[in-house]
Amino acid sequence: MLTYTIRRLLLAIPTLLFIALVIFLLLELSPGDPMAQMPMSIPPEVKERMREALGLDQPWWVRFYLWLYQFFVVEPQYWIDGLFGTDLAEGAQRIISFQSKSPVFDIIAERIPQTLWVVGMSYVVGVLIALPIGIASAYYQYSWFDQIGTFISMVGFSVPTFFTGVLLIVVFSVNLGWFPSIYDTTLVVDSWASLGQQIKQMAMPVFVLALYNAAQISRFMRASMLDNLGQDYVRTARAKGMREKVVVLRHVLRNSMIPVVTVIALGVPQVFGGAIITEQVFKVNGLGQLLILAVQGNDIPMVMTLTFIFAVLIVLFNLIADVLYGLLDPRIRYD
Amino acid sequence: MTDATLVKTPSQAREIWDQFRQHRGAMIGLAFLIFITLFVIIGPYLWDLDPTKSDIRNKNMRPFYIGMLFGEKWGWNHPLGSDNLGRDVLANLMYGGRISLAVGWTAMLLSLIIGTLVGVLAGYFKRLDGPLMRFTDLVLSLPLLPLLLVMMLLFRDALRAAFGPEFGIFLLIVTGIGITSWMNTARIVRGDVLTIKEREYVLAARSIGAPSRRIITRHLLPNVLSPIMVSATLGLATAIITESALSFLGLGFPSDFPTWGKLLFDSVDRMESFPERVIWPGLAISLTVLAVNYIGDGLRDALDPRIRGR
Repeated sequence: MLTYTIRRLLLAIPTLLFIALVIFLLLELSPGDPMAQMPMSIPPEVKERMREALGLDQPWWVRFYLWLYQFFVVEPQYWIDGLFGTDLAEGAQRIISFQSKSPVFDIIAERIPQTLWVVGMSYVVGVLIALPIGIASAYYQYSWFDQIGTFISMVGFSVPTFFTGVLLIVVFSVNLGWFPSIYDTTLVVDSWASLGQQIKQMAMPVFVLALYNAAQISRFMRASMLDNLGQDYVRTARAKGMREKVVVLRHVLRNSMIPVVTVIALGVPQVFGGAIITEQVFKVNGLGQLLILAVQGNDIPMVMTLTFIFAVLIVLFNLIADVLYGLLDPRIRYD
Repeated sequence: MTDATLVKTPSQAREIWDQFRQHRGAMIGLAFLIFITLFVIIGPYLWDLDPTKSDIRNKNMRPFYIGMLFGEKWGWNHPLGSDNLGRDVLANLMYGGRISLAVGWTAMLLSLIIGTLVGVLAGYFKRLDGPLMRFTDLVLSLPLLPLLLVMMLLFRDALRAAFGPEFGIFLLIVTGIGITSWMNTARIVRGDVLTIKEREYVLAARSIGAPSRRIITRHLLPNVLSPIMVSATLGLATAIITESALSFLGLGFPSDFPTWGKLLFDSVDRMESFPERVIWPGLAISLTVLAVNYIGDGLRDALDPRIRGR
């Protein structure tokens, strides 16, 4: 198992390098010029010097190498410096955003808490809703509960999140006035009242994403339970005289969770991607909104770094899913 | 000769259709899909208002049901109301649906063609299997929505200049969605080809000297048709959602060029006073996708010979 994990980790490195190259070359084709926003009155030779200062006159492989160096060497150094007060980086050049002229990772660090709160919470809520629904719909297959559950999960992943979000805003914040429609990031939670406010403003985005995630996971849970409920070992367990609760919740559930756990792990990076839209609907200023702003503003370093972080998440969680699958299921050993 | 041999066994298509009809959700879905297709194709001939023409005197009209119930400004010249420039909502819904559905169908076909091609090549030719599947895995680990956004931004102006504003963006969106959604089809098709390739009839075909091209088109492709059709329905649903998501993020079709996602996006700013402008396009997207997903569900059951006939 350990050798398998190490082999997969090593294989992840060329994969990530390739992905970085694809993203970089795609951005390289960009006709957008970061100097386009500069005033017309700047003389051409000064403009040329500014281009040189931005490093735009270098060939692409030099810039690609420098970006990789900054991403994998310089930025971790700054991170360690920030944690332990050391001075590893020695003032080396960081990845700078074209738009705000400040380090890309500082901006990302500002945005991450909002995304993690909303997205992470919604995924947890979604999983917690999905598992019992999936178990019950499989156990009472074709009952009215199953019919309704299947219908709701079908609706849940058919209706796009931007429509559910807008619908909720119309109903709950425009007509009923229960929840605010815009996420207020400046809110500091220091009392019960502000905690209530925070819960209120998180309720709708979390609900939208949770519904979408729960719809997908509950379908997997149901299918996986159904696969296992008909197996011989279930009949054996019942024949031994075990209580129904033990049979279903211990024997069947454990075996059914194996594929579901990997699906949950695989879903994490997709949730980050999907949150781009939800963040836009509720005006949450998280990573998704940052990416949209950067794309619109031709901020190449920012787009590059953010997209690559999404790619790292995908590769990482694919790896976690595969390793988990081997750990949970003794029938599957990769060695 | 007994009578039993004269009884015609129903054809396979007939059997599939009979099984499909058993699935109530799929039948309702199919009916709705036919209805919405007719609505966007024939509708504009029956309701021949220009969707981009602004009727400034009749701007901000409410739909007939709100007008009747709450006595606000409405009229039969704009039954579903008009927007802030006096453009007719019903006509916009029809024309928007045309584009949304056209994008959905073409993008789905494109991703299906790429996926089937990659899948068949990887499954049939052993030498191509490794590289093609490694490539598929790589594409699957790309962050697709961010890349799609970047692609929209990068190639928008170039294609607009080459093919005109509308067709250029159409091409861009269709290609973008097509080349980012073929991977699952490719994996499924490859798996099926790998098993079918080992069957006796393929061996028989090869032993009488059939070239690979004919084995693929005559023996393999017809037998992998059912998983392809099921992934086609999924592809249509995701293509429609992706297009409206792009429009919703403001990176889709140009303004004053309606699609359902664009209509929704344009109306969000005024949804506090005119919620119906958000609800109608949103409902159109959601119901179409729901219908397509139900059709996919029914198709999966109907095409599975283990379920069929039980």
